[in-house]
Amino acid sequence: MTAQNGYHEKKRLENPPATVKFKIQRRERKGAPVYWETFELQYRRNLNVISALMEIRKNPVTIEGKTTSPPVWDMSCLEQVCGICTMVIDGRVRQSCSALVDDLLLASGGDTITLQPMSKFPNVRDLKVDRSEMFEHLKRVHAWIELDGTYSLGPGPHIPNTLAQERYALSRCMTCGCCLEACPQYGEGKYIGPQAIAQARLFNMHPVGKTTMDDRLSGLTDEDGITSCGNAQNCVKVCPMNLPLTKALYETNRDITVRTLFGWLEE
Amino acid sequence: MSSNKLKIAIVGGGLAGLAAAMKIAEAGYDVDLISVVPVKRSHSVCAQGGINGAVNTKGEGDSPAKHFDDTVYGGDFLADQPPVKRMCEMAPEIIYLFDRMGVPFSRTNEGLLDFRRFGGTLHHRTAFAGASTGQQLLYSLDEQVRKWETEGKVTKYEGWEMLSLVLDSSGVCRGLVAMNLQSLELKAFKADAVVMATGGPGLIFGKSTNSQTCTGSAVSACYQQGAKYANGEFIQVHPTSIPGEDKLRLMSESARGEGGRVWVPKKPGDARNPREIPESERWYFLEEKYPAYGNLVPRDIATREIFQVCLDGYGVGGQNQVYLDLTHISADTLTRKLGAILEIYEMFVGDDPRYVPMRIFPGVHYSMGGLWVDYEQRTNIPGLFAAGECDYSIHGANRLGANSLVSCVYGGFVAAPAAIDYAKSVVRGDADSNGIYEEEVRRQQEINDSIIKSDGPENQYKIHEELGKIMTENVTVVRYNDRLKATDEKILELIDRFKNISINDSNLWATQAVPHARQLWNMLQLARVITLGALNRNESRGAHYKPEFPERNDEEWLKTTIAEYSDEAPVFSYEPVDVSLIKPRKRDYSKGRATAIK
Repeated sequence: MTAQNGYHEKKRLENPPATVKFKIQRRERKGAPVYWETFELQYRRNLNVISALMEIRKNPVTIEGKTTSPPVWDMSCLEQVCGICTMVIDGRVRQSCSALVDDLLLASGGDTITLQPMSKFPNVRDLKVDRSEMFEHLKRVHAWIELDGTYSLGPGPHIPNTLAQERYALSRCMTCGCCLEACPQYGEGKYIGPQAIAQARLFNMHPVGKTTMDDRLSGLTDEDGITSCGNAQNCVKVCPMNLPLTKALYETNRDITVRTLFGWLEE
Repeated sequence: MSSNKLKIAIVGGGLAGLAAAMKIAEAGYDVDLISVVPVKRSHSVCAQGGINGAVNTKGEGDSPAKHFDDTVYGGDFLADQPPVKRMCEMAPEIIYLFDRMGVPFSRTNEGLLDFRRFGGTLHHRTAFAGASTGQQLLYSLDEQVRKWETEGKVTKYEGWEMLSLVLDSSGVCRGLVAMNLQSLELKAFKADAVVMATGGPGLIFGKSTNSQTCTGSAVSACYQQGAKYANGEFIQVHPTSIPGEDKLRLMSESARGEGGRVWVPKKPGDARNPREIPESERWYFLEEKYPAYGNLVPRDIATREIFQVCLDGYGVGGQNQVYLDLTHISADTLTRKLGAILEIYEMFVGDDPRYVPMRIFPGVHYSMGGLWVDYEQRTNIPGLFAAGECDYSIHGANRLGANSLVSCVYGGFVAAPAAIDYAKSVVRGDADSNGIYEEEVRRQQEINDSIIKSDGPENQYKIHEELGKIMTENVTVVRYNDRLKATDEKILELIDRFKNISINDSNLWATQAVPHARQLWNMLQLARVITLGALNRNESRGAHYKPEFPERNDEEWLKTTIAEYSDEAPVFSYEPVDVSLIKPRKRDYSKGRATAIK
C-alpha cells in the first residue's frame, strides 16, 4: 500500500507462541520478603497485561501447578488516563493497561513477560504501591489557582490558544509516577522530582497563577528542590503523556534564578 | 473562618463529589471525603469530548433555553423539567468558573473559549480541553479541594469503600460505614448529612466504557437500605467504542463532532482495505437517514442504527463493527483537536486513525437512572443526598453528549448548599442514635466474616462474567420481554450461587477478593432493578427500545420508574414526570431541522 505522508504501518507479532508466561514479583505485605511466581496463559490476540492479570486472578495456579493467592495490583480506567495501574514491565515503568502482550513479545523476542511493582514507593502488596507522597508534593508547590471564590464572577482572562496548548500539555500529568521511578535522584526524600516541578510550572504560566508564583517557587528552593535535578533526562523519556518535563524544569529553574537575583527589587 | 462543628460526608471523589466538597468547604463546613481510589484517579477522567453550556460565542443565537429544549427533547421527555432548566441556566457560569480555575480549554484566535459541536444539537455548545476534558475538569476541582485539604476543611479517606449507611431509629441517615481496602478495617463515619457521588454502575454489564471502580455498589447499598432507585432501565449504550478483552474503550463523540463519518461498505462482506473502497461504494447510513444531524444524531439513535446494519450483515468483515472515518481531515487538525483519543485508539488497536478508518461498535456507557432525588438533590432518606451519574435526574431516557460533565458539577453545586441547610436545621427530636454506629459496623463485619469463611465451589469472578454477559445480551440496545424474564431468572440463579463462593485468597491484606465479593452482591441486586424495570416498561423511549412496543407511549408510560428494595424482589411504583415547561412532542431527528431550532 502506498504510504501517505506521515503514516507508518505498525509492526505486528507474526508468529505468536502457544502460551505466554507472566513472571510476577510478589510480596505478601509491607516489609515481607519478596518472592517470584510464574503463571502461564494460552496466547490470544489483543491481550494486554491487565486482561492477563484478570485471568490469573480468576484461577491463580502457578506454572508448577501450585494454587496460590491471586496477585494484587491496582487498576481503574484501563485507558491510560487515571495512572493507577503503573508498574515495571520487562524492566520498564509504564501503565499495565496499555501494555499489549503482542508488543511486549515482539520487543523481547521471548514468551515471558516480567511484572514488578514500582521500586521508589512503599510496596503495599505484590504489584500495588502507595504513591500518596506524590499528592503531598502537589500541596507543597501550591498546585492550584487562588480564587476569590467559586461564585459567579464571569469568564477568566483572555488566553492565547498557544499558551492554552502549552499548559494543556503539562496539565495532562496523571500523577502516575513513571518520571519519579526513572529519575536517578528521586527517592528517600532527596529530591521532590519532575512531577511536582512541572505542575508548579503549569500554574506559574497562568496569568492569575503567576501572581502567587512565589508560593510555588519557595517550595522548590530547599535542598531537595530543583537544584537536586541531575539532568539525567530519564523523566521525559518515560512519561506516558509526553509531558515536556525537561522544558518545565528548565523554565522553573530560570524563574527561581530570576527571583533570587531580582526578587529584592520588588520588596 | 472559625470551624463549624457540622460535618458532611461525601462518598465519591469524581466531578460531582469534588464539586460538592469545594462548595461545602468554601462555606466553612467540614468534609469527610471517602473514595475507593485517590480522587484524582476517579472515572471522570475518562470523559473526553467536552462540557455543554450555551455561551453562544459563535453568533448562532444559542441560549440556555435552547440547551434546555435540546436536553429535554434528547431525553425523550422523561426528565423532570425544572432541574434541567436550572442546570442549563447554570451551565455558562460553570464553564466560566472552570476557566477561572485554570482549565486549559481550547481557545479561539481571539483567546476566547472555543466550542465544538456534539450530538443532539445544531449549535457549537461544547467547551473542550483537547480530547480529555473530563480529566482536565476533574484535575481543576482536585486542585481546589487539595487547597481546602491543606486548610483542614476537607479530610480525604482514599482507599476506603462505603459499605452501608448508618440510619437511626427514625430512618434518618446519620453517617456511613466504610472499609479500608488495605487492612479491611471497618469504620463508622458520623455525619450530619451524606452526599452520594459514586458514579455509574457500568460493571454490571461486565465490559463497558466505565472504569473498574464503577460498580454501583455503594448506591445499591443505599437502595437495599431503603433509598428509592429511579429509571434504572435507562442505560445508555454509546455508539462508538473500541472492543477490547478487558473493557470497551470509549471513542468520544467529539470524533464525530469534528467531522467523523460513520460508514460501512455497500457490499456486505467487502474485504477490501477501507482506503481502497471508493466513495460511491460506501454507505454513510446516518447521513442518509438523518440529513440535518447526520453523524450527530443522539446516541440512542446512532447506537440502534449501527447495531441494525451489523444485524443486517453490513458489519465490516461480517463482524460487529463499522467504520468511523476521520481520514478526510488533515492529520495536523486531528492531532490538535482530538490527539488524546486518537492516541488511545492507536495505542490499543495499532492503527493510526489519522490515516486508517477506525473500527467501532456500541458499548454500555452511562446510566440515566440512579438514586431518586428531588429538585434539591435530596433522596427519600432524610440526610442523604445524591449528585452526578448516581442520581436519576436531568437526562431522562437518553443523555446528550457533553451533558454529563455539566450535570455532575450542577448536581454537586446544588447538593452542597442543600446538605448544609439540612445539617443546620435538622431537629433530631427523640430519634435514638445510641449505639447505631457500633451496631452497623458489627453488621457489616458479620457480612465480611461470612464471605471470608465461605468455602463453596463457586468462583465470584465467573459469576460476574456470567452476569455481564447476560446483561449485555439482553438488557442493552434491543430488549424483548421473554429474554428480560429469562435474565431475571439467571440473576436469581447467580444470587443463589453467590452464597457458595470462596474468595480464593488466603492473604487478607490488601486483598481484592473481599471488596469484589461485596461489590458483586450489590451489582446483582441492582441488575434486577435494571432488568425488571425494562421488563415492565412496555414502550420504546430513548435508550429503552422494545421491537414488540416500538413507539413511545406517553399515555401509559410518561412516568418515572421507582424501585424499592424488598427481600423477594424490587417493588415498582411510578410517579408522574414534571413536564410543566415544555410540552412533550414526538422525537424525530430525520426531518430537515429539529423543531426547536428556529
